[in-house]
Amino acid sequence: MKVYVPRDAAARGLGADEVAAAVLAEAARRGVTVDLVRNGSRGMVWLEPLVEVETPEGRVAFGPMTAAEVPALLADLKNHPKALGLTDALPWMAKQTRLTFARVGVIDPLSLSDYEAHGGLVGLRRALAMDSAAIVAEVTESGLRGRGGAGFPTGIKWKTVAEAKADRKYIVCNADEGDSGTFADRMLMEGDPFTLIEGMAIAGIGTGATKGFVYLRSEYPDAIEVMTAAVEIARKAGVLGASVLGSGKAFDMEIRTGAGAYVCGEETSLLNSLEGKRGTVRAKPPLPALQGFMGKPTVVNNVISLATVPVIFERGAAFYKDFGLGRSRGTIPLQIAGNVKFGGLFEVAFGLTLGEIVDSIGGGTASGRPVKAVQVGGPLGAYFPRALFDTPFGYEEFGAKEGLIGHAGLVVFDDSADMLKQARFAMEFCAIESCGKCTPCRIGAVRGVETVDRIAKGDTGAIPLLTDLCNTMKSGSLCALGGFTPYPVMSALTHFPDDFAPAMKEAAE
Amino acid sequence: MTQTSTEIAARVGEILDAHEGMEGSLLPILHAIQHAYGYVPRDALPVIAKRLNLTRAEVHGVMSFYHDFREDPAGRHVLKLCRAEACQAMGGDRVAKHAQDRLGIEWHETTKDGQITLEPVFCLGLCACAPAALVDGKVVGRVDEARLDAIIEGVR
Repeated sequence: MKVYVPRDAAARGLGADEVAAAVLAEAARRGVTVDLVRNGSRGMVWLEPLVEVETPEGRVAFGPMTAAEVPALLADLKNHPKALGLTDALPWMAKQTRLTFARVGVIDPLSLSDYEAHGGLVGLRRALAMDSAAIVAEVTESGLRGRGGAGFPTGIKWKTVAEAKADRKYIVCNADEGDSGTFADRMLMEGDPFTLIEGMAIAGIGTGATKGFVYLRSEYPDAIEVMTAAVEIARKAGVLGASVLGSGKAFDMEIRTGAGAYVCGEETSLLNSLEGKRGTVRAKPPLPALQGFMGKPTVVNNVISLATVPVIFERGAAFYKDFGLGRSRGTIPLQIAGNVKFGGLFEVAFGLTLGEIVDSIGGGTASGRPVKAVQVGGPLGAYFPRALFDTPFGYEEFGAKEGLIGHAGLVVFDDSADMLKQARFAMEFCAIESCGKCTPCRIGAVRGVETVDRIAKGDTGAIPLLTDLCNTMKSGSLCALGGFTPYPVMSALTHFPDDFAPAMKEAAE
Repeated sequence: MTQTSTEIAARVGEILDAHEGMEGSLLPILHAIQHAYGYVPRDALPVIAKRLNLTRAEVHGVMSFYHDFREDPAGRHVLKLCRAEACQAMGGDRVAKHAQDRLGIEWHETTKDGQITLEPVFCLGLCACAPAALVDGKVVGRVDEARLDAIIEGVR
């Protein structure tokens, strides 16, 4: 009997370890042999811990499971109260286009043979037979853009590094996924780490870089454990090392742990941190692609960007490019979170409207109250009201509505949310996390908190001041922390003016 | 119990040896020292500075920049509660207030008996099962007041 119990952090946070222990204990008690696989999560977090059992018809899902319900599972599979049917037939799974996340939740994350049996390393083998220019052209052709949020075309970044002349070049994976509402990087690293390793190896071969780093945030202990083990396995198997898969081309990598600074998700701060310095932002130019880690040409890409590279090489740029809308090509792993009924990861082609995502896929709020706002793109993303629910999910489409898709995290709030409080938090967060390099961010965020407090006390004269301050931060900050904090603040003020009107607040209280 | 500076110099020296030749080794070194001691002892800074050819101020500057590194030991258990938006949407602020009242401490403080240190964290990536906590490095999802009380009872 083959049983899958996720080792994903969200599943563990909801009791997966206890369920796994119960499976083994019950199997021992019954004297049956159970092959227990600790897989990644399928992304249906409201069903975690989601246990799967392999049957002749396919994998059958049970969830959310508790340790107490495990004995019944081994006694009578068909009539278990938590039986959900075939995993792949569940509506959440059937409606997705899983390209980047195809293997997450399916395979044993640390089994390289499992990985290869599901299409792993096909892309890398193909890339090894291509020259640098062809590899870069394939990525450019796919239309892949930075999934960290900036949306910069990945192929152009690679081209810059590939054409730069230097004795050493680097691939740096930005796994400092600090945005609230995002967990795609974490899920991928915990559920299919070899995909990221393969993507980084292709990037290295394509640009002439021989060394890679994954800058992984310390808040993800499970991901650090899996990635570290996976790199070791890949090295032993010859996927990494002096001769990648026997090609004679070298590429190796290291996992580095962050230290709790949100700003290190910004690429130049990340590079400083990786060099052992304070994580302050660097002015651009010079671009990291020309002078990055240790002043050498460096590709800095997000986890999802790099983890999408293998499927592009496995199935071809044209296949990938075929999905999506406008200039947003391919698929995007949506992370639906916060006060939502069905929260989790849903990978789909760009183009669904915000309303479809929140109401149809997410099922509205967990509290059952009306949806008031959805913050898209993390703490620096705008709050969208229901009136903007017709916005299609794409880089330009969200930009046109004074928002951003960021790392594709969506945090749903019900009508009990106080948007003035959310605006204050955005400024407070910026003040806590500012690296201090530029004045608009360092001082502006502190003044922002004070100004929101004045508005809260009934000083409506401070509203134009807040608007003015946001303009200064937006155009005067060195990086997205100070530059984008105005998005949540201004969207809260613009779309929810009632929450900033003291008279109405008092009347309501 | 406090370690003598010679003991610290020896142990930090071993950690520095293990990181010899590593590119950009200061963060891994600080993590290793904090792993060994539970914090970064002040006496470790000049030892690191000398080996890496940095000033003591530079090492202090790096260490103090990052939220993770402690100048002083934490309590026996560290309870981190997520303060970010997804957790706020599910009542995280209310749960955090409950934790502060229950423990009688504010953020970054340790209970008088030295048992629990309470710290804010901004996102544990458990945003679809919020509010989230990290208890001595172990993740916990859907933390409400009752679950929080159970966590506190569990470590006490």
